[in-house]
Amino acid sequence: MFNYTFRWNQAFNALPRLLEGALVTLEIALLSMLIGIVIAILLTGCRLSGNRVLSAIARTWVEVARNTPALFQIYMAHFGLGAFGIHLSPYTSLLAGIAFNNAGYLAENFRGALKAIPDTQTRAGRSLGMPPIQAFRLIVMPQMLRIAFLPATNQMVWAILMTSLGVTVGMNTDLAGITQELNARSFRTFEFFAMAAVIYYLIAKAVTLAARALAWRMFRY
Amino acid sequence: MFDTALTWNDMAFLAQGAWMTLMVTAVAVVAGTVMGIVFGVVRYQAGPYWSLPLTFVLDIFRSVPLLIQLVLGNAFQSIARLGWDPFTTSCVILSLYTAAYCTEIVRGGIEAVPATTRRAARSLGMTWRQDMRYIVAPLATRVSLPAWIGLTLGVLKDSSLVLWLGLIELLRASQILVTRLQEPLFILLICGAIYFLISFPIARLGGYLEKRWSPND
Amino acid sequence: MIEIQNVRKSFGQLEVLKGIDLTVNKGEVLTVIGGSGSGKSTLLTCINGLEPIDSGRILIDGTEVHAKSTDLNKLRRKVGIVFQQWNAFPHLTVVENVMLAPRKVLGLPKAEARAIAVKQLSHVGLGEKLDVYPSRLSGGQQQRMAIARALAMSPDYMLFDEVTSALDPQLVGEVLDTLRMLAREGMTMICVTHEMKFAREVSDRVAFFHQGVMMEIAPPAEFFGNPRAPELQKFLSATH
Ligand SMILES: Nc1ncnc2c1ncn2[C@@H]1O[C@H](COP(=O)(O)OP(=O)(O)O)[C@@H](O)[C@H]1O
Ligand SMILES: [Mg+2]
Repeated sequence: MFNYTFRWNQAFNALPRLLEGALVTLEIALLSMLIGIVIAILLTGCRLSGNRVLSAIARTWVEVARNTPALFQIYMAHFGLGAFGIHLSPYTSLLAGIAFNNAGYLAENFRGALKAIPDTQTRAGRSLGMPPIQAFRLIVMPQMLRIAFLPATNQMVWAILMTSLGVTVGMNTDLAGITQELNARSFRTFEFFAMAAVIYYLIAKAVTLAARALAWRMFRY
Repeated sequence: MFDTALTWNDMAFLAQGAWMTLMVTAVAVVAGTVMGIVFGVVRYQAGPYWSLPLTFVLDIFRSVPLLIQLVLGNAFQSIARLGWDPFTTSCVILSLYTAAYCTEIVRGGIEAVPATTRRAARSLGMTWRQDMRYIVAPLATRVSLPAWIGLTLGVLKDSSLVLWLGLIELLRASQILVTRLQEPLFILLICGAIYFLISFPIARLGGYLEKRWSPND
Repeated sequence: MIEIQNVRKSFGQLEVLKGIDLTVNKGEVLTVIGGSGSGKSTLLTCINGLEPIDSGRILIDGTEVHAKSTDLNKLRRKVGIVFQQWNAFPHLTVVENVMLAPRKVLGLPKAEARAIAVKQLSHVGLGEKLDVYPSRLSGGQQQRMAIARALAMSPDYMLFDEVTSALDPQLVGEVLDTLRMLAREGMTMICVTHEMKFAREVSDRVAFFHQGVMMEIAPPAEFFGNPRAPELQKFLSATH
């Protein structure tokens, strides 16, 4: 059945390059999360603002992010913005697409977390003489953080997996991009992509474990 | 309406792409769900310790990018001389991917059935099979359905990645038109609208069922 | 002194307070009884400005609560309130729950805030529970913590809204004892309660609310011994 000889040494020799790619992958995932969190906070604010235009924009963002493929969102950044004369590099398109996606999912996560905290908590803070913003910061926010934390780390893992989509718009410096480039030169597809798979797996596990450890330290109640 | 070079032929081309998306999704969801139910029951019955190998393998499908899985699957079928066409390969990989998520949903659903309910069933003289069939299955389905709908939506979106193996599904069809007609925004917006049209009703149904079947009603 | 002058308040169509007039003097303990929905909680939340009023005035030591120029956050430091649901802050330990407002609202240094918290918690009998999270406390203990939390702001007035109603019967006593202690120490208090025995013992005056109207107010002996309003007679006989 197998007439194929696996040649792993080539793939192992490429390990340093693959790891460089892994760093870029992590970098994009982290940046996309940071941007996503900031936008998600703004979107949540818009949705709660009571302003109809702002909340319609926020709702549309969330629905589009959640109901279309991530790859579609990256294509939008890469090809779609061309209509406005904006031509993003593969790196920027990828980052923009994933950040857009993260923001949508995180906004929904934040809204859920906010809803889960009863009004009576704010009331209790207010009746101790706290102004609204202080009550929010000292009482609501920390409780929100706990509820939103695990879903947010899941989103981080998703962001890492999504970075692999960059290769479809010509990204060639992240883990998937470098793997694809090595593959195109050597045709050792299985070996190279198996290596990449292992690295992705390890990164995903490391992030999950780190997040658990962090949650365990932060949320003792 | 718009000044566009898009013809009805092109729309038919997009529709064919959408049909491919639906086919791949349907196969993956059906096959993945069947496997997910089997694996889920096995995982639950075997307990966390004995099902560790299964858990580990399924976890790989959830921790490695789908795109990489598709490439690996394709490389594997060629190495093993299975002679699969891209459609078959895509369906196989996407089914396993779906099964990996579905297993967790099924296991969660079974675990949500209170032990007391099951003990009551067994104490009425029901066999394990009867207990599973008449008590666990209906209750677990209720609990799992919203998550399963979410999974279906996820697979619908993730099925776009099969374009990497050369299948012309909705997104790839749009991309081909974009390249030919040079109207990226308009065509991609149509593409997004079609995704939306397919997934929005399903999402609504999910939300409705979640509300209707929430445990404390 | 808390002066309530012809206060009216509606939620939409529903008039919940129909012209309340009431003065509570310094050092006085007023208990308020009445059926559910009669407006008792609403009155308390209006007193500390958590709810706006439609007309009338509420004055605390001469400051009008609902005047635009009033700094409510400052005023609320003077008026502690404890709710039926104790609203512990779940993410903070017991001592942190009590320290939070003195530190962040009054701006006290940490050590001083902690000293106050420890003192108040010992006062309500929770000196041993400083560093546990509220989820580990019983309902009665959480409610006493909420009382300590309010007391840590050194308020001049305390409002208690059915603080024992959500508790298991065997836990009611410990919370009532805390209230009795405060009354003995001379705290000015308004207690909404269903505990008639408690009302009889600690109150200087008892008020009866019925459908948004204060039907009767009198010292406990007269209030319970010789109730005049027929609604009150009915209410008292229903609650034996
Ligand atoms: N925020 C609110 N919005 C609308 N109606 C309210 C609100 N708070 C209280 N009410 C209504 O006002 C009436 C009086 O409530 P409340 O003051 O809580 O009564 P009590 O504390 O005497 O039981 C009730 O009919 C209640 O339903
Ligand atoms: Mg009340």
